[in-house]
Amino acid sequence: MKLVSVENLSVSYGANTVLRAIDLEIESGEIVTVVGPNGSGKTSLLKAIIGATQPANGSVNLKPGLKIGYVPQRLNFDPTLPITVERFMRLTGNVERKSCMLALETAGVLQLLKCQMSELSGGQFQRVLLAGALINGPEILLLDEATQGLDQPGSAAFYRQIEAVRRETGCAVLMISHDLHVVMSAADRVICLNGHVCCAGTPEAVASAPEYKELFGAGTGGALALYRHDHDHVHDHTDNCNLNSSEAAE
Amino acid sequence: MLDDFMTRAALAGIGVAVAAAPLGCFVVWRRMAYFGEATAHAAILGVALSLALDISIFGGALVVALSMAWLATQLSGRGYAMDTMLGVLAHSSLAVGLVVVSFLSGVRIDLMAYLFGDILAVSRLDIAIIWGGALLVVALVAWRWSPLLITTLNEELAYASGLNPNREKLILTVSLGVTVAVAIKVVGVLLIAPMLVIPAAAARSLARTPEAMVIIAGMIGAISAVAGLKAAYVFDTPAGPSIVCVASIFFVSLSVIAAFRKRSA
Repeated sequence: MKLVSVENLSVSYGANTVLRAIDLEIESGEIVTVVGPNGSGKTSLLKAIIGATQPANGSVNLKPGLKIGYVPQRLNFDPTLPITVERFMRLTGNVERKSCMLALETAGVLQLLKCQMSELSGGQFQRVLLAGALINGPEILLLDEATQGLDQPGSAAFYRQIEAVRRETGCAVLMISHDLHVVMSAADRVICLNGHVCCAGTPEAVASAPEYKELFGAGTGGALALYRHDHDHVHDHTDNCNLNSSEAAE
Repeated sequence: MLDDFMTRAALAGIGVAVAAAPLGCFVVWRRMAYFGEATAHAAILGVALSLALDISIFGGALVVALSMAWLATQLSGRGYAMDTMLGVLAHSSLAVGLVVVSFLSGVRIDLMAYLFGDILAVSRLDIAIIWGGALLVVALVAWRWSPLLITTLNEELAYASGLNPNREKLILTVSLGVTVAVAIKVVGVLLIAPMLVIPAAAARSLARTPEAMVIIAGMIGAISAVAGLKAAYVFDTPAGPSIVCVASIFFVSLSVIAAFRKRSA
């Protein structure tokens, strides 16, 4: 069943067009990963899907009544805000204690129930955010670079958890990731984004696509290639000044 | 009972503390301290215009404070960093307000009363306006409490939960305007921001939940108001600044105690 269908989507911030003519569909139960350099419009795509950004053109159609679980890149979490994990979990809806504990258990952090959010480590924090996204039994999980700030073993463990969640609950997953290892292992489908969809398909197909190699360099093994890419790609295209300025704004 | 000016002053001070507590917590959590200050400073322009047009000072200050808050929100993210822009807006409006007041030669104006408050001169009507405004702020924030907290934590999360963060932020902007307008008489435009920030910041180390922080901030604000008035009476010092001094003492003492407890833990 189609959960999300994006047609001919363009997103602009003032004169900057960050996304052009994006088509994307997500079926229930699949894991789709979006990769792309900084400023390629990954976050804007996610924002357009949840309705935080209005499309300049095209449309975003969600299945009526679609239940979304959103895991933000980070919270603007100020340590002056005293709040326990349990309270945070129950903010987003009138949920019972039982479903709160169940979501924390699914995310592997039930023991943190009574902790203050400000006292959590980076990995614990991301798992609590994941639990918060799971609490209303979502049909699709949206993850915006959810492992930012985690080390390699930490993010690997986090993504194993995501796969486990998909197995247990059958929800679809759309995630944005910098981490190319993750793309290759966890996703059913990969979308390579750079203002437009460069290439898309199974991880194997994308990894061997020339557009992908151009974007991420020939050695597609790791994150290093991604960062090296950032410099040469910007100079390749004249229309990339837009991407530059949106990058600076991030 | 209301015949006694000290009683009226205490009631006015406690009213401001009640309005400032929930809003002050959001100002601290959302790092809006400078935004609050800009809105408060702009209110002197409202006072000047009210005197010039011979309308209610409360109304004039409310309109200008709300306009300033709206303007600052509209301008945010357009070129200048927020703190630079607020610095320009806050002090320009303060300066323009003071210049406008100087043109009002016909009226004798005690400018100090509007800059630092004139709590000892509050009338019964003032108390009614202050408490009306305070209860309005408390009701607004209580009504949108969870959505406001979610918006404060992450705006995308709010969108994904089906909320509109802009509407929630509007609630805070309106509350801020109302609080500034009712607090002018009590602490003056220059000391409104500290009344928002200091009790909330002082309450942080004692609170484990957001609600507790609001309640503790309200108590600290109210005690500061009463104790500050008492101190002003005993030492013959200006009332508004004395209230802020007591709140500051709370902040410093509680911070020091929290630091020691952390070290020994």
